[in-house]
Amino acid sequence: MHPIFATAILAAVSQSPSPTSRPRRVALFVTCLVDLFRPSIGFAAVKLLEEAGCTVEVPSLQVCCGQPAYNSGDRATTRAIAAQVIEAFEGYDAVVAPSGSCGGMLSHHYPGLFDDDPAMKLRAESLAGRSYELMAFLVDVLGVKKASARYDGAVTYHDSCSGLRELGVKDQPRRLLSTVQGLSVREMKTPEVCCGFGGTFCVKYPEISNAMVGEKSADIAASGADTLLAGDLGCLMNMAGKLQREGSTVRVRHVAEVLAGMGDLPPIGEPERDGKWGGPG
Amino acid sequence: MESTARDFNDNVDHALADPNLQDSLSKLKVGFSERRRQAAERLPEFEALRDRARDIKNHALANLDFYLEEFERKVLALGGHVHWAPTAADARRIIGELCQSMGARTVAKSKSMVAEEIALNEHLEEIGIAPIETDLGEYIIQLRHEPPSHIIAPAVHLTKDQVADTFLEHHAKLGFTKRLTERSDLVAEARHVLRQKFLDADVGLTGANFLVAETGSSMLVTNEGNADLSNTLPRMHIVLASIEKVIPTLEDAAVLLRVLARSATGQESSSYTTLNTGPKRPGDLDGPEHYHVVILDNGRSAVLGTEMQDILRCIRCGACMNHCPVYGAIGGHAYGWVYPGPLGAVLTPQLIGVEEAGNLPNASTFCGRCESVCPVRIPLPKLMRHWREREFERHLTPMAVRQGLALWSFVARRPALYRRLTGLANRVLALFGRAEGRYRALPLAGGWTRFRDLPAPQAGGTFHAQWKKRRP
Amino acid sequence: MSATSTTARAQILNGIRRSLRRGEITGAEREAVEARLARPPLGPAVARARLAQPEKVALFCQWAETNNATVARVAAPDVAAEVVSFLARNNLPARAAMAPSPLLAGYDWGSQKMLSLRQGRGEASDQVSITGAFAGIAETGTLVMASGPDHPVTLNLLPDTHIVVIRESDIVGGYEEVWVRLRERYGKDCMPRTVNTITGPSRTGDIEQAMELGAHGPRRMHIVVVRE
Repeated sequence: MHPIFATAILAAVSQSPSPTSRPRRVALFVTCLVDLFRPSIGFAAVKLLEEAGCTVEVPSLQVCCGQPAYNSGDRATTRAIAAQVIEAFEGYDAVVAPSGSCGGMLSHHYPGLFDDDPAMKLRAESLAGRSYELMAFLVDVLGVKKASARYDGAVTYHDSCSGLRELGVKDQPRRLLSTVQGLSVREMKTPEVCCGFGGTFCVKYPEISNAMVGEKSADIAASGADTLLAGDLGCLMNMAGKLQREGSTVRVRHVAEVLAGMGDLPPIGEPERDGKWGGPG
Repeated sequence: MESTARDFNDNVDHALADPNLQDSLSKLKVGFSERRRQAAERLPEFEALRDRARDIKNHALANLDFYLEEFERKVLALGGHVHWAPTAADARRIIGELCQSMGARTVAKSKSMVAEEIALNEHLEEIGIAPIETDLGEYIIQLRHEPPSHIIAPAVHLTKDQVADTFLEHHAKLGFTKRLTERSDLVAEARHVLRQKFLDADVGLTGANFLVAETGSSMLVTNEGNADLSNTLPRMHIVLASIEKVIPTLEDAAVLLRVLARSATGQESSSYTTLNTGPKRPGDLDGPEHYHVVILDNGRSAVLGTEMQDILRCIRCGACMNHCPVYGAIGGHAYGWVYPGPLGAVLTPQLIGVEEAGNLPNASTFCGRCESVCPVRIPLPKLMRHWREREFERHLTPMAVRQGLALWSFVARRPALYRRLTGLANRVLALFGRAEGRYRALPLAGGWTRFRDLPAPQAGGTFHAQWKKRRP
Repeated sequence: MSATSTTARAQILNGIRRSLRRGEITGAEREAVEARLARPPLGPAVARARLAQPEKVALFCQWAETNNATVARVAAPDVAAEVVSFLARNNLPARAAMAPSPLLAGYDWGSQKMLSLRQGRGEASDQVSITGAFAGIAETGTLVMASGPDHPVTLNLLPDTHIVVIRESDIVGGYEEVWVRLRERYGKDCMPRTVNTITGPSRTGDIEQAMELGAHGPRRMHIVVVRE
């Protein structure tokens, strides 16, 4: 067989494994920031998941993963919110978040909240075992190898901390980006160093946060890329806000938007050209 | 050492405005982490060694009383002495008395963070004994009356030019009247000045990286050789070590040594790793006649068996601070006490009280880089979070944060209310931000907009509102 | 032991036991820790410490040089000549303090008429010292010095230049083999006063993290590996 055919067949097979071997009914964990600030990321995620053969639902009882309380030491509130999330996402094959931070909260931190409540711990562990960050889910679980999108630009990719260090998200987005037509990747020097967002950290310690994001923006500028991508909206808003305050022209987007062919949307923090974002069309 | 941890925010402002410090930190951020990465890559077994290092320290902590007694037995058998110091004051008193028993006028000190912790120098000076720091970095900051800013590189906050000025100021009276510009010349001058001090010292005081129970040895890891001169030339060698430094055997030491230097400086091995076991033996031509080990608790035994126990595994390599973006922004002094960086964020509240050091475990993004490089796999972010929980339980969390959290929690637990409010927020914010796409200032968001623009929400409603319309 | 120190000791040890929610370790648990102490378990094997002898020696030399030592490999009859040649190459005086070791004394120093040797401990005025080594560690190019009447520690530290003569057969793979040899030589319960493991010359990175050689110990280390 000609190698091109072999590759094509392999790609086809890996894009559509048998229906039983992969999660079909997927719940989207939208995340607070995406819900409020940039719904297009949620719709991009839905598009990518549906293109990969999933049925996507958005449980209406979901709110927040509880990190603001968890990282402020308020364990009781965190537990109450986690219980709500566990309830809302029961029964789905997989729960996917377009964020390593929220995905990591569900998959790595929930079970530890219920050490004194075996029944809840069991449910938390069940959710943890089904929860994923979007890029990892697409590549590692669904076996997606290719994005059918075009983006004309040189992008640099920031590895958000939770996704990188808790969930091992590193190669997956890069692998998919490498298949986007017109797109080239220019790595910055320290893509793995925190941007200084850190949830409430950025407003509790604004000076330190500013120093960190200032360094990040210099690194982004030095990469020569015209677009900054990442997988977490919190980090993206932080970096976009800094870049724009500094007068940079680097466009900032969520990686899912680019992969879903929504790279022509106004970038984060840029005005909407034709009136408004009207949803996924 | 006097704590300024309470003034953390002022310390931060000061640090961010110090150009010399920022210059030094920019070197630190790339240097240490890159060298560690290369060293780890050169040793395929590095990750397995980290696992074992963690297990060894856990085993030692679970049997700490046994190994400490075993260590003591061995030291006594070889003619050394062991002193037990429950508190910092006990340790100061013991060491002061030992120095006085030798009629000591000067003490050659090799860098010891535990000595910083118990404020030993101040005590020795009070009783008329001059402590002489012999580690180059410690010597520089002693001349400048500054505390260390890093646990393995105490003068890392200074530039070469600052060191040159300091030497000129203090060495001129010794005949060194030329301001030096080369690092090698600065090192040579310090070597010359300190050599005589080693020869004159009555007592040598060192810390210990490990205490080996099997042999009764204290183990010291250095690059300069100052610790070895301190434990060889004076007539008395005093080792000051905290209880968690004890490990079972030399085989365990081999594992820990393999991860220590690589994690710290990225070296395959430090220049000097020394085992000291008791005083000079019959027939020996050099070495101290007296060998004393002071074992300090200072609150550590109370950490055992708690959710904070993991911090006692720490082998003081400094990798957590070398990789910490917060440390990289503000340096070590801002943390306000002996132990900076993620290590300090966990240990300082334990040792001087969370009321004093409550900011430290909060000033972290939980980016997790510290944990990812810790040679004994201490879950530092988790331990910082435990501190935040204790602060919250004890109502030490700032009122504004508590109130904001309570309000947010009230809403977050009521999805329908939450939807209405986010819908409203989205519409209002989008309305005001549409022209620019972002805000340069926004009421109640000063913490954000002082330094950054805030991206405006996309118009068209929240995700959930749009989803409901599209997929009812 | 004074009353205060007895109390302090009990206070710390009991505090540890209280925190660990148990009394003194007894019975089977005590036997287990005692057994671990008597027969120390080995850590994960490091491949580069487990080579055949010729490769071990080569690796030792390679790492020693990487760590800024210089190395010469010579046959036993040429040791003294190599030392003199090294001193000459580096414009150093042909004068050295030498460890009073029988093994060192066995080399043909008499052949080098220009070389003036003093046996004894190191002094501040010494420029050059010559010592043997208890062992060499291939894994990192490290020398192991055991103190004793035949090896004063000051010789390792005070002179500007330290020349170390080591036999190939004394080069081992990793630290663990050194511990075994130390126990064999000195007994399990009687370590020498000091065991210095030394990797290259003294150095410091304390000024702007740039490594500078010769902080407090020798600025220069020359290792003469004796072929066997």
